[in-house]
Amino acid sequence: MKVQRWTPQSGVFIAALGAMVLVLAVGPTWFSAGVTDRLSALFVYVILGAMWNALAGYGGLVSVGQQAFFGLGAYAAIRLSHADVPVYLAVALAGLAVGVVSLAIGEVMLRLRGGEFAVGMWVVAELAHLLVNLDPLVQGETGTSLIALNAIAAEARRAYTYWLSLAAMVALLAVLFALLRGRLGTAIQSIRDDERAASSLGVNVLATKRIVFVLAATGCAMAGALWLASAITFQPKAYFSVQWTAYMIFMTLVGGIGTFEGPILGAILFFLVETFFGGRGVWYLVGLGAAALAFSLFLPRGIFGALEQRFALRLLPLGFRVVERTKP
Amino acid sequence: MLTATGLSKRFGALVVLSDVDFSVRAGEAVGIVGPNGAGKTTLLNILSGTYPPSSGRIAFRGTDVSGLDAAARCRIGIARSHQIPRPFHGMTVFENLLVAARAGGGLRGRAAEQKCLDALGQCGMLKLSNRPGATLGLLDRKRLELARALATGPDVLLLDEIGGGLTDGEAAELVAIILAIRARGIAVVWIEHIVHILVQVVERLVCMDAGRIIAEGDPKSVLRDAAVIDAYLGPSAAHAAVG
Repeated sequence: MKVQRWTPQSGVFIAALGAMVLVLAVGPTWFSAGVTDRLSALFVYVILGAMWNALAGYGGLVSVGQQAFFGLGAYAAIRLSHADVPVYLAVALAGLAVGVVSLAIGEVMLRLRGGEFAVGMWVVAELAHLLVNLDPLVQGETGTSLIALNAIAAEARRAYTYWLSLAAMVALLAVLFALLRGRLGTAIQSIRDDERAASSLGVNVLATKRIVFVLAATGCAMAGALWLASAITFQPKAYFSVQWTAYMIFMTLVGGIGTFEGPILGAILFFLVETFFGGRGVWYLVGLGAAALAFSLFLPRGIFGALEQRFALRLLPLGFRVVERTKP
Repeated sequence: MLTATGLSKRFGALVVLSDVDFSVRAGEAVGIVGPNGAGKTTLLNILSGTYPPSSGRIAFRGTDVSGLDAAARCRIGIARSHQIPRPFHGMTVFENLLVAARAGGGLRGRAAEQKCLDALGQCGMLKLSNRPGATLGLLDRKRLELARALATGPDVLLLDEIGGGLTDGEAAELVAIILAIRARGIAVVWIEHIVHILVQVVERLVCMDAGRIIAEGDPKSVLRDAAVIDAYLGPSAAHAAVG
């Protein structure tokens, strides 16, 4: 018997992914302005879906308050830029700054479980929203802008934001993948399935949850800062809206909760649905909600979970297979 | 090797354990019997660090470990199984063990994987390696509890009614596995209601009632003890168990 992780199939897939990232990297030189902007949005969605899945799908930490970090990320970028940090550096550092803040938030929130954690996170988001509104720089709900961006030509701005979004997405997915394949991966899943059993097998429950919580907060904050870099204006209400978490839940449930690839697929689907139906107002949101509900009822592992099972897919393998040792 | 002195546990006004001294030597197998509510599982939970005692101390290899939680105790070599099996549903059997080998055993990479394969082989579960934890039947869940505990590389194994609910044939399989574990020099503390399988493994028997130890020593003499017969066995069962 031997233990198998990588397969030829996953090798081919990762090579294809690498090639695709290279093509995307030179994208702004020939994409239209509209396409570049939309793809920047897609990268942000992928980050959001992957982060919520890390938290809920792997850690069992269902949060309906991840917009707290999305909003704080944008706010941190405004604050850093106001303190004369070069504007794109401010956008890049904002996520890390919020990651540090989330360490303190996690110390309190990770002592809650299940529904208490879920709703508690929403309270944190509301609290963060109110606190940000108190900052005179933000001017309450009137909001403010990332003014420093005005100094940069629109063309260049579009490309920088695109590259930064692409880099953040690739980096966050790579970090998440490496972590989930290692010791943290088995530990966090065991906590999701049975916290007490995990603890009795030597898993440091709080420390493990903390890593995943901070990573998800950092990722969502990076997404918020990147969103700000595209949108330029910062109205607290728009960033601290629970709809961001609703989008994350949609992407994760439809794509496949607890699978690495699922939320990426979910983000692409969400992106397409938004592109074609985003103008339909309320009915668009109703449709999203209904779809997420239908998936969790009838296809609990989402589209990717179903495909994975049907076609024995192992594209980005996190798990372990015990196989017969093939005789030479 | 594992020594507890003066353990008491109160849940509110309820005294579940009062002033219990308990110890197990390296490589020794000790059985714990007693009626429901005697405090057996509470004793095990305190030894494993699931919750702290209201008073008393626990030492392991001469060091005080009273302040360590369950995870830390597992990492230094005190592993346990649960009375009601707690498999990780969303992980395969192999991954269930890998949690134990990595976190509890402190192993990495190939060494961790090999440890899991060994433990699975020892418990006769290799064929089930890729099955999700959620799909296992009762016997396999019990075996998984055992295999997972083994994968942490313990010096002491605390077993909580691992034979409960099994048929005689299934219980006999478990006895064979536990005897093999003993043969490796791992100390075993085993709570069990099925006395006749317990006595096949243990060299010392402890009987508890109402939060106290009422008899302990050689299994045969404990089972003939008047207090034990009165509190737990009843006259006919005592006769059957001793044979």
